[in-house]
Amino acid sequence: MANLVIDPLALGCIANTSKRRKIKNLFLWTLASLSLLAIVGPAVWIIGQLFAKVAHGWRWSVLTQVGSGLGGGLKNEIFGSLLIVIVVTAIAGLIGILSGMYLAEYANGPLGGALRTASEVLAGIPSIVLGYVGYVALVVHFQWGYSLGAGVLVLTVMVVPYITKTTEVSLKQVPTSYKEGAAALGIKNSLILRRIVLKTALPGISTGMIIATAIAVGETAPLLYTAGYSQSLPSLSLTHHPVGYLTYAVWTFYNQPSAVAKQLSFDAAGILVFAVVMLIIASRVVVAMTQKHSEFQ
Amino acid sequence: MNQSIAIDHNPSPRPAWRLINIKSISGVAALIPIAALIFTTVILFIEALPAIKYNGLGFLIHTGWRPGNFYVNPVTTNGIAHPIGASYGALPLIVGTIESSVLALIIAIPVSIGAAFVIVEKLPNQLSQTIGLFLEILAGIPSVIFGLWGTLVLGPYLARDIFPYISHIAPNVIGFRFLKGNTGHGEGLLTSGIVLAIMIIPIIASTSRDLLRQVPRFTREGGKALGFTDWETNRWISLPWIRTGLIGASVLGLGRALGETMAVAMTSGAVLGANPSNAFLPMTTIAATIVSQLDSALTDATGLATRTLAESALLLAVMALVTNLAARMLVRKVSSTALPVGRGI
Repeated sequence: MANLVIDPLALGCIANTSKRRKIKNLFLWTLASLSLLAIVGPAVWIIGQLFAKVAHGWRWSVLTQVGSGLGGGLKNEIFGSLLIVIVVTAIAGLIGILSGMYLAEYANGPLGGALRTASEVLAGIPSIVLGYVGYVALVVHFQWGYSLGAGVLVLTVMVVPYITKTTEVSLKQVPTSYKEGAAALGIKNSLILRRIVLKTALPGISTGMIIATAIAVGETAPLLYTAGYSQSLPSLSLTHHPVGYLTYAVWTFYNQPSAVAKQLSFDAAGILVFAVVMLIIASRVVVAMTQKHSEFQ
Repeated sequence: MNQSIAIDHNPSPRPAWRLINIKSISGVAALIPIAALIFTTVILFIEALPAIKYNGLGFLIHTGWRPGNFYVNPVTTNGIAHPIGASYGALPLIVGTIESSVLALIIAIPVSIGAAFVIVEKLPNQLSQTIGLFLEILAGIPSVIFGLWGTLVLGPYLARDIFPYISHIAPNVIGFRFLKGNTGHGEGLLTSGIVLAIMIIPIIASTSRDLLRQVPRFTREGGKALGFTDWETNRWISLPWIRTGLIGASVLGLGRALGETMAVAMTSGAVLGANPSNAFLPMTTIAATIVSQLDSALTDATGLATRTLAESALLLAVMALVTNLAARMLVRKVSSTALPVGRGI
């Protein structure tokens, strides 16, 4: 791997006069520093602009009214998004943690490789494709209609790979000596996994869960043709009752001529960004807290 | 009396419930992604089959998206019912998808490498943590919000202040003509490419940053000892060291850009049958077409329109599959560092 043969072009560098190289050095580092602006700039611009728009036309009734036509509030979407995200996080969390456990503890060799690759590739399938398949298979063929069940299923399939991956990685970071110590005490394998390995890996797993939640909150394409849209508060039935959600409001209202509708689009976007930023900060807090109490490092 | 004590030499097999242990439960869970992958591909293929038969190979090389006349009785060709005059060509969508993604890569790769160099080499820990937070936020902002910002804020700004300038300074020679002429209203290839670039920078930048941190100290010090400047050490020692991982991360970013839906649907103009004469004018991609056309496709009683969308989705899924598999195989072959999943967080 280590390729220690120095490129002849690189030796040409050294042969150059040193002043020119120093200037070039300074110039390129300045350029590279500017690229940090391409990261910080858009993030600040998007959040700042959105905050300005939301603050400009904010009314509290947005949170307390359900939608009506192109006006009203976002209560139905907020509750819909919450419901979808809670159900998805619960189901995907269970599946993702279990499959991450399998990949970390039991799956070595070609089978493990195949399962791992399948999970990673699934995360790379465009969300609109998954949404379309959900529409064809669940909404039309299984006759669920636009429904909570269809939306949740598609979204679950989308976020499971993230939880699987973070679970696998954090389980593998648990020191072998923990497991050996427990085994030396005569504890059964399955109990070691549950009581010792899982417990140690918990912070990593929770970070993965939080990130998956953030993704589930912000998805639009897989829900448009599976969860549908409804202006009434979501019902708990899994089929035949469409559910409203925040990203739908952003996508549908932004190009309406009415100023009220446009404002609803900004408000929904503002709530979404607030939720995502809070989730990201939460994941950082989890990491920071556990690093403080961690026994290693 | 023949008293015999029944001695069980052959212990009864474990009762069925004993088989339900943590290994088998988690094994079933681990099969779900592969099952979902197969299910997705099979459903798409079955749904798309009539459209594949009807549209033929011309689907890949023809221009023009004509659903036909829905209001007269459908006719049947080769056993497939279709509205009169239906003919689909996906060439502009395919070209638009590839152009916008490649443009995004061209912008994102240098920016990501530069940023990763600075984060690893120059910034104090506290500051690089902060930049890391911004990378995560950028990766976490929902794509529909990138679209909202792109179409309402960035697009108009570019069309007013930047595009006329670019169009003015671009040389009028072959190879640069796509930057000449009508600068449009901010919905088009260039705007989409820039928005996509911002969306994939977190994937490439955070992977390069993590890889750069693994470059051994001794190797870098060797460069210093030869009289390299800081930049030259990075350019000629660190960069070759992380090259494969960087290519893998870029291909992963490409995969995400190819499949990005909402942001492109909102910033590209999503105009079907568009044949933009330059990079400033509205275009569309496969993903944007699926999301914006499904509603109207549902009004085709023969179902050919939705099946054609399924064919497009299949095409997109194959493109994403190939890029993803390529990226992962490339990286796995040479490095133990695995690529991040999906959005790179």
